[in-house]
Amino acid sequence: MKILIKNGRVVDPANNLDDIRDILVEGARISKVAKDITFAADETIDASGKIVAPGLIDMHVHLREPGREDKETVLTGTMAALKGGFTTILAMPNTQPAIDSIENVNLLKDIIRETARANVLIAAAITRARIGEEITDAAKLKKEGVIAVSDDGSSVESREVFFKAMKKAKEARVLVICHSEDKALSASGVVNQGAVSTRLGLRGISNESEYKRVQRDIQLAEKTKCTIHIAHVSCAESVEIIAKAKKKGVKVSAETCPHYFTLTEEAARGYDTNMKMNPPLRSRKDKDAIIQGLKKGILDAISSDHAPHTVSEKEIEFDRAEFGATGLETELAVSVTELIGKGVLDWSDLVVRMSVNPSRILGIDKGSLTTGKAADIVIIDPDKEWIVEKGGFVSKSKNSPFIGMKLKGLVEYTICAGKIAYKAGQ
Amino acid sequence: MIEAAIWNKKDLLGLEYLTREEIEFILNTADSFKEVTTREIKKVPALRGKTVVNLFYEPSTRTRISFELAAKRLSADVINISTETSSVKKGETLIDTGKNIEALKADIIVIRHSYSGAAMMLAKSLGISVVNAGDGWHEHPTQALLDIFTLREKLGRIEGLNVSIVGDIAHSRVARSNIWGLTKLGAKVTVCAPRMLIPPGIEEMGAAVTSNIDEALKNADAVNVLRMQFERDEQNAFPKQMEYFKKFGITEERLAKAKKNIIVMHPGPINRGIEMSSEVADCPQSVILEQVTNGIAVRMAVLFLVSQAHDIKNENTD
Repeated sequence: MKILIKNGRVVDPANNLDDIRDILVEGARISKVAKDITFAADETIDASGKIVAPGLIDMHVHLREPGREDKETVLTGTMAALKGGFTTILAMPNTQPAIDSIENVNLLKDIIRETARANVLIAAAITRARIGEEITDAAKLKKEGVIAVSDDGSSVESREVFFKAMKKAKEARVLVICHSEDKALSASGVVNQGAVSTRLGLRGISNESEYKRVQRDIQLAEKTKCTIHIAHVSCAESVEIIAKAKKKGVKVSAETCPHYFTLTEEAARGYDTNMKMNPPLRSRKDKDAIIQGLKKGILDAISSDHAPHTVSEKEIEFDRAEFGATGLETELAVSVTELIGKGVLDWSDLVVRMSVNPSRILGIDKGSLTTGKAADIVIIDPDKEWIVEKGGFVSKSKNSPFIGMKLKGLVEYTICAGKIAYKAGQ
Repeated sequence: MIEAAIWNKKDLLGLEYLTREEIEFILNTADSFKEVTTREIKKVPALRGKTVVNLFYEPSTRTRISFELAAKRLSADVINISTETSSVKKGETLIDTGKNIEALKADIIVIRHSYSGAAMMLAKSLGISVVNAGDGWHEHPTQALLDIFTLREKLGRIEGLNVSIVGDIAHSRVARSNIWGLTKLGAKVTVCAPRMLIPPGIEEMGAAVTSNIDEALKNADAVNVLRMQFERDEQNAFPKQMEYFKKFGITEERLAKAKKNIIVMHPGPINRGIEMSSEVADCPQSVILEQVTNGIAVRMAVLFLVSQAHDIKNENTD
């Protein structure tokens, strides 16, 4: 299969490129990036007025398989990814069973081989069953293809256990992704702690429960020299702590999610359980700090924390509803609307945070449109407006906080390993 | 109809969501229903042919009886569902339970629930009226309405009054509803509690905060004393009972330093000797039993108004 993409605005910050170019794809690779390519391809795509960028990479996705196929599967999750412009995603290990052994890694690998429509990378658990006690063997897991470890959904409670785990991960050169939450402080909270939790009569989750744990995790990284990544940063203090650590030379990167730079705690005012996530939607001040953190590059990446849940887990009392929101299908458009639309980032900046940096952090050979590299490409209509509708999701779950919102930016094509894996309207 | 212009809500979910005019309209409607409750025959046909379902997920005697009496005095049929007898334990969701009640052609659900937001969730999912009889720590609007009704009856106004609310503010839906209602009607509200029982950002709801009981009582025209629910103290955050009484309990000595005619209120049931002394509970300024009586008139007004708004809406959409 040969695909020629004509006249697109090619945004490829890895090659310092933001200009009109044609791209030729032959087989699974990019064979040429130049002006005015003439070639009798099998398929020619007119990309005039469109953005052509390296396939997006989401380093925080819950695919739920194995175990909770009623919420999502590798198939439906990767279909949602492609629709959102993602060609590579990192699957979090908090499945049932958790991905905490070579056996379970192989189980997931089989499912991926048989059903995945996009590249799925595997994160394994830091500890057995993610309960913070027995450390998994990062070196052996890495040999099976695991590229990061995380107990996401839970923080490794014991400082001692996490210290040892980081030392092991450092030796094995495996990235550690931290879900930084002090459960003793967040306890049974369900929304941000403050005036809104008071009004709603709901238990609050303080900023402290996040940033104190971010601080601890960074201290451990400093001591062990392990490379860590802080997941789903939501509050101002965390941004500040991460900035300081980076200045000091600690090997730490960080991500935030679209809901933290778009919504605030106010969105929970009607007890809409789609607004219930962990960490919670924070105050306006925190939201502003997250935006600044993204602008300054303190927060390296945007991830979805795609967390699909069934209707029966969400359409119940706020206290009882599950935490989390689906995100793969809205992540790009929310980012375009909120960050590019409001002048926070330009297109190159956005591609850096949604493809180049995730690729660098994960240590994979992606995130560019360099000749000879895998042809993972997304073509985006940057001006197309659309409204998020509950019925429009290809994910199994519809628990989006953005339903009803008017967004700008629509994925027209997602090309994965040289194949048109998604085309809008089909 | 004039009423429809002022009151057009099918539900009563909280006082946060009402305007001053709407609150006053409920109170004025309650005035005329109070007259009914003094008649020899205490029944009017206002809700004849309507069905009110009391759906109580939390044990409650006084609120449920008050709603039941209010509905009966309006000639409605009343069904009581409590957690012990319902299919709740079989795992049915709240929304499904509500839809079943709607399918049985009931007209109003009065819901008491231990989770904040339960009443709103139900109201959004159903076409029939929902009245919040207390949801978690969120709101208990009819309790606040009857508190305000009683206060207005005693002092002739709410505007400009100083009202102090004393007790576990953090976990109190009664406090929240009172703050919304009183401040909307122009009263100055002070909340008084040990620091750990004052929720963050309560000032943004319009209340002043103190942890000094004498200060709370100093200029108060009325003090609303909340029940201390020691039995619900999961996290052991409360001070010990005797210590609480010493620091925050309303006693005759403390009242002696307050305004002479300060009104003493309590939503009940009272823990005598904890929130207030027995003497205070029974003192001439105490309006605790009048609150109970007024509760029926206020709930009659609420049931009547939501039912009427629902019927008018349906006529318009037909």
